[in-house]
Amino acid sequence: MVGLNLSAVSDDDDDTGPDDHPVLSAAAVAAASRSTLRPPSLQTLLEDMPDSATVPHTSSSGGDSEGKSKSADKSSRSRKLKHDVIEAVNELIQDIDTCHEQITEQAVEHIHHNEVILTLGSSRTVLQFLCAAREKKRSFRVFVAEGAPRYQGHLLAKELVARGLQTTLITDLAVFAMISQVNMVIVGAHAVMANGGVIAPVGLNMVALAAKRHAVPFVVLAGSHNLCPLYPHNPEVLLNELRSPKELLDFGEFSDCMDFRSGLGSPLLHVVNPSFDYVPPKLVSLFITDTGGHNPSYMYRLIADYYSADDLVLQRKAVPSN
Amino acid sequence: MEPRRNLRTVIDPKVRKVGFFAPPDRSQSGPADPISAASAVQASSSSPSGNTLSPVMIPPPRHHSDSLVHPQPSSRPVLHSAIPSSYTAASEFSPTAASSYTSGSRFPVDVEDGPFSPSRLAKGTSVKVLASSVPNVSLVTKPSNMAASDRSGRMKMNEMVAPGVEVQNELHGNTKLSKDKLSKAERRALQESQRAAKAAARVEASKGSAGTFGTAPAKAAKAASRKSDNASVAASEKKVGDRPVEKERKKDVPQPRMQYDDTSRVEKAKRRAVVKQTEARNRVELFRHLPQYEHGSQLPDLVAKFFQLEPMHPAVYKIGSIIFSVIIIHMVGLHYLSGDISGGNARCIAMLQAFQEVIKDYSTPPEKTLSRDLTAKISSYVSFFTECRPLSVSMGNAIRFLKSRIAKLPLTMSESEAKTILQSDIDHFINEKIVVADKVIVSHAVTKIRDGDVLLTYVTSSAVEMILQHAYELGKQFRVVVVDSRPKLEGQFLLRRLVAKGISCTYIHINAVSYIMHEVTRVFLGASAVLSNGTIYSRVGTACVAMVAHAFQVPVLVCCEAYKFHERVQLDSICSNELGM
Repeated sequence: MVGLNLSAVSDDDDDTGPDDHPVLSAAAVAAASRSTLRPPSLQTLLEDMPDSATVPHTSSSGGDSEGKSKSADKSSRSRKLKHDVIEAVNELIQDIDTCHEQITEQAVEHIHHNEVILTLGSSRTVLQFLCAAREKKRSFRVFVAEGAPRYQGHLLAKELVARGLQTTLITDLAVFAMISQVNMVIVGAHAVMANGGVIAPVGLNMVALAAKRHAVPFVVLAGSHNLCPLYPHNPEVLLNELRSPKELLDFGEFSDCMDFRSGLGSPLLHVVNPSFDYVPPKLVSLFITDTGGHNPSYMYRLIADYYSADDLVLQRKAVPSN
Repeated sequence: MEPRRNLRTVIDPKVRKVGFFAPPDRSQSGPADPISAASAVQASSSSPSGNTLSPVMIPPPRHHSDSLVHPQPSSRPVLHSAIPSSYTAASEFSPTAASSYTSGSRFPVDVEDGPFSPSRLAKGTSVKVLASSVPNVSLVTKPSNMAASDRSGRMKMNEMVAPGVEVQNELHGNTKLSKDKLSKAERRALQESQRAAKAAARVEASKGSAGTFGTAPAKAAKAASRKSDNASVAASEKKVGDRPVEKERKKDVPQPRMQYDDTSRVEKAKRRAVVKQTEARNRVELFRHLPQYEHGSQLPDLVAKFFQLEPMHPAVYKIGSIIFSVIIIHMVGLHYLSGDISGGNARCIAMLQAFQEVIKDYSTPPEKTLSRDLTAKISSYVSFFTECRPLSVSMGNAIRFLKSRIAKLPLTMSESEAKTILQSDIDHFINEKIVVADKVIVSHAVTKIRDGDVLLTYVTSSAVEMILQHAYELGKQFRVVVVDSRPKLEGQFLLRRLVAKGISCTYIHINAVSYIMHEVTRVFLGASAVLSNGTIYSRVGTACVAMVAHAFQVPVLVCCEAYKFHERVQLDSICSNELGM
């Protein structure tokens, strides 16, 4: 399960559907053979289990498959199910590991000589993408925005320099100033929503707006594991993660000027430190995934490929008491 | 605005009005190319006739050279080292090291705008320098050069620095500035040399210049040495466009600012530089047209200079009061350099008050007119400030105003009267253009704040801060979102002051502005300058905030005093900027 940490994704990453494990049960096999286009959903498969009590299908992805075999009697089916689920998860891990290669193969098509690329923060996908283009002897320059408050851009800049790319490190504020000199913006994504919107590290909405204003292509690199079938309603709040404010202000730094005797309910000073930004699909020019390049409006199709319709809504099924 | 009107008026028949002329005009004229150009700029402000030269005007170099220094082709260049750089923070070398500072430090001469430099260089000798060239006779002509420097843009005034210097130039027959632009550094260098030569002879003459740019006594070698040193003060890290607080002063129009990728001009400027500037280790190619130096390394030099004032000119025994003003000037410069004083209004007020001290302590040397000499002195100080930190638009406009005031003084006025008038003029300027203007801005802006508003502000702006405090005092209920930025994190100072006052605030980093914008009702921004095509010149990151606000349909209000308006235009942030420390 260590591999799953790579995605760093919330648990809305559903089970990708054991499309390669058609043999779970006779019914499943039949169903699979009937609908080769639509992989059988895990829910369907698991529903076929006669003793469903033993397998509480919470439909949570990548759940510990051991938990599923609580039944006292280790029926062969549960063992098989366990085995299949574990295999599916392993394959997911492998997908995540290898998605980079397929994405970086497309780097050559997009990055050309004497181009200027802008990126923000640090993403392994972006790093490998740029290095792949570099290996093909394309010479280009990179502007890296540091990505406060975590300043991961510094790490990316060091890596790029180590690989021989001409890099310039800029602050996030200077993005608008530099965007007129940039040919393309390439960023990685935390998650891609069903409408083509992107949950990206904080600050990328600003970059996307600037790119749109200056007609600079905004390219998002996303592996298929980043796909999320949800539609973002109010994504800034619901799909965001607020980090500790100490990255912006030290605790106690402002205690000298704040009046704690006032006894008011609301404190005088709020510090907000979100870690993600939502980029609407109209600001994104292109998605590069391991299946090729796509338009934002096409992303919903990919979700249909990777997710079964039944699995879109996470529900906990009531386990019949035994 | 008054200064702007002056631009168009023809003041000196000898001097061609710069108006919106292209710089080439200047360069072509006159033998002393760069220098004259510089002087032209400066000269415009202070025409020899001392009439109402609009500071902006740039007398054609030809005129100057003719009048002034025919005899000495060589000397001038130093004198006229334009200060141009000081204003245009980006384009020129930051400090125009006109005068040679004590031996070592030479500020890179910012030298004027790009276009000029090449032309200037071509011209070679700074005949234009005029002032410097003719030791005795040229003193009069010098003022013309100085006039030019009035406008912040044209710091060519440096040349004018001291008539005495010029005299010395003659003595030395400096040829150094064969082609350089009149940069302050060069002038200072010239001064230095001159001063050394006549240190014993003239106490008074060198008083001002010596004090300010007290440099090595061995002036003779200065000229040569000036050229050689290119002290590099690394002002900017390799970060690109970090802090554009640019307050550049475009020299009145056409003068394009100096572009640093023009190596010939750069070399000239460096030779004239008073303060050695360390070049940044990693030059960013995109900003080749801007000076990239390391700040900070200047500091020890400046401090050393500061304390070398006395020993530098043993022959010059200044009265304590005179030294005091020089001390003030240096202190202000150091504050700029270290960042203690920042912000358009603060820097302008500090500079004007320092100039008040200078005027108070000033006494006209014999055989010189107050207007010219004082203007020269002011120019030299301005070039010093430029070396510390490129001038802002507000400072430039204030300098322009001051120089025009000096130039307008009737020659028959007594010295004490003139000094009093000038000091009260400065007081009026500060009061009208800054204090009262801010009050008016605040009273207008608080009407735009309603109860329940959530106001977003970016980093520190004195005008916006006053608005918020005043609105709070009026009892309006609102919240403030303070957006901070790297690397200076100046928003924390504003935050501290607001929270101490009791305003409830939210503090975010610039990256989170998209997150917070959906609950913001108004955005208040400050400006460093407003350009004539309507664009706002302000701290880096302001454009990002405005763009995100626009995307969320939040109204954006910009608060800026009228004296910060400038007539140049700019398309993006790369054209001209101030690379930060």
